[in-house]
Amino acid sequence: MTTLLEIKNIETYYDLIYAIRGASLSVEAGTITTILGNNGAGKSTILKTLMGLIEDQPDKGTIEFMGKRIDGKDTEDIVRMGISYVPEGREVFEELTVRENLSMGAYTRKDQKGVKNDMKQVLAYFPILADRINQWAGTLSGGEQQMLAIGRALMSRPRLLCLDEPSLGLSPILVKEIFKIIRTIKETGVTILLVEQNARMALANSDFGLILENGRFVMKGKSSDLLKDKDVQEFYLGQRSEESAKGYQRWKRKKVWR
Amino acid sequence: MLDFFQMILSGIAVGSSYALMALAMVIIYKTSEVVNFAQGEMALASSYFTFMLLTSYGFSFIAAFISAYLFALLLGAVLEFAILRRAKEPNLLGLIIITIGMEFMLLGFVSWKFGADQQIFPFPISPYDSISIGGAFFSMLELISLVIAIFIMVLLFFFFRYSKLGMAMKATQQNPVAARIMGIRTKRIMMLTWGISSMVGCTAGLLISPMLMEPFMMWDSMLKGFSSAVLGGMTSLPGAVAGAYILGIIENLFGGYVSIEFKSVVAFAIIVLILCVKPSGLFARHYVKKL
Ligand SMILES: Nc1ncnc2c1ncn2[C@@H]1O[C@H](COP(=O)(O)OP(=O)(O)OP(=O)(O)O)[C@@H](O)[C@H]1O
Ligand SMILES: [Mg+2]
Repeated sequence: MTTLLEIKNIETYYDLIYAIRGASLSVEAGTITTILGNNGAGKSTILKTLMGLIEDQPDKGTIEFMGKRIDGKDTEDIVRMGISYVPEGREVFEELTVRENLSMGAYTRKDQKGVKNDMKQVLAYFPILADRINQWAGTLSGGEQQMLAIGRALMSRPRLLCLDEPSLGLSPILVKEIFKIIRTIKETGVTILLVEQNARMALANSDFGLILENGRFVMKGKSSDLLKDKDVQEFYLGQRSEESAKGYQRWKRKKVWR
Repeated sequence: MLDFFQMILSGIAVGSSYALMALAMVIIYKTSEVVNFAQGEMALASSYFTFMLLTSYGFSFIAAFISAYLFALLLGAVLEFAILRRAKEPNLLGLIIITIGMEFMLLGFVSWKFGADQQIFPFPISPYDSISIGGAFFSMLELISLVIAIFIMVLLFFFFRYSKLGMAMKATQQNPVAARIMGIRTKRIMMLTWGISSMVGCTAGLLISPMLMEPFMMWDSMLKGFSSAVLGGMTSLPGAVAGAYILGIIENLFGGYVSIEFKSVVAFAIIVLILCVKPSGLFARHYVKKL
């Protein structure tokens, strides 16, 4: 397997707030890698740093994509190298139609024909978008906007697709649907870096997982192994293990995850 | 009745220059939320530049007008790049002061270079030629202004609706971060927005020049254009145009039936009224953000 993305020891500040405290991560081509962690752990910050969206960051460390350094580059150039990003909270263009949003996703491309085909493909993934094609994106439901944001990110034909909490605010059925599509996207050869709160779904649908706490990774491994791990089960999957049932000390430390 | 018809026609005639100035201001306001008070003086500088090419360098009209648009594009882009972009996290007041500062710099420069006297702008059509429509008079120049203004509006409409660049400008207006994620170079878009706005304003300047060419020639149109833009909701291009023609017509009707002395004041009375009753303007499309 080849490494598509290699993040080495990055540190990110928001002015004086030390958000990422030395995180390393590598993403193998053709896999789904998921980053899990609590609110405020720094998951979104890692993706934003990767996309070059935080000015002058990372403060330390390096980011390599396909063997080339991308830290310190402009977002616009990083996108052109083949990375797509679906930000937390969708960020669709609210007063552009669904079709226009999708075509903006292909902004960097010149091959009209390929763009047309990809648009068809995206509408096949998300048939509801085809019904809403001439509607302003701002008038879509939250779930539909999420689908649009994913579809828009696919329109650039990325090698690496970064998704920030795609399941946020979606009904359980829709969450299943989204994960199914994420797997389908992977089958087409797109590598995926997924940030999630929904640990169970994320681990069940990914190849590798990392757990982030306070800006540092505290655990990494195959997703199937993480699913079986006692700590992960207790803190991130909300399951009670034998020991914790006896001592209620640990009860209190239980974190509730969906 | 004829009077009434004539007043409407005159209203439409002045409305064209208001509309162009209003469009120019709305284009900038939409992308950067800057109320560009230098808009009139940017058009002024472009007009005087054209004047200079025509009178001192013997340019043909075609060559001079093409150069004028290039100059306007460049002027807009340079002002954005050299001044506005340098403002670090500016607030609304800061931006207003910056554009007012630019306004007086340009005004000062033009007055210094060309003097404060009125000049004659050589134009192929005399401002005194006119045609009669059902007994009412419409000067040729006004007619041409109207045609050109409508042409520019249609051009802008198609540009924003169908061109990739126009759409990228709208995307940048709506969500700059998301636009960058699409690979849109938003800084360049910003420069270009200023350039295009400056060209639209330059059109107004060139159409006013044959009637009046002096350093304060743009003030009236600028202020009325701004009023029209506010009337139309400040963010809507069609709204700005509608606002401009409504303003032009009301102004002329007021001048004809009520008081000619207070004709110019009407615009501001309307603004005050609108801001009290419907602060978002008459035509602003309301869009409720979903969370
Ligand atoms: N723009 C910002 N300015 C200052 N601090 C920020 C900013 N964005 C995030 N932070 C801080 O950085 C830390 C990490 O935030 P981040 O958004 O990466 O968390 P997260 O893991 O994505 O959380 P969530 O699951 O709630 O989305 C938090 O402590 C947060 O307060
Ligand atoms: Mg987050």
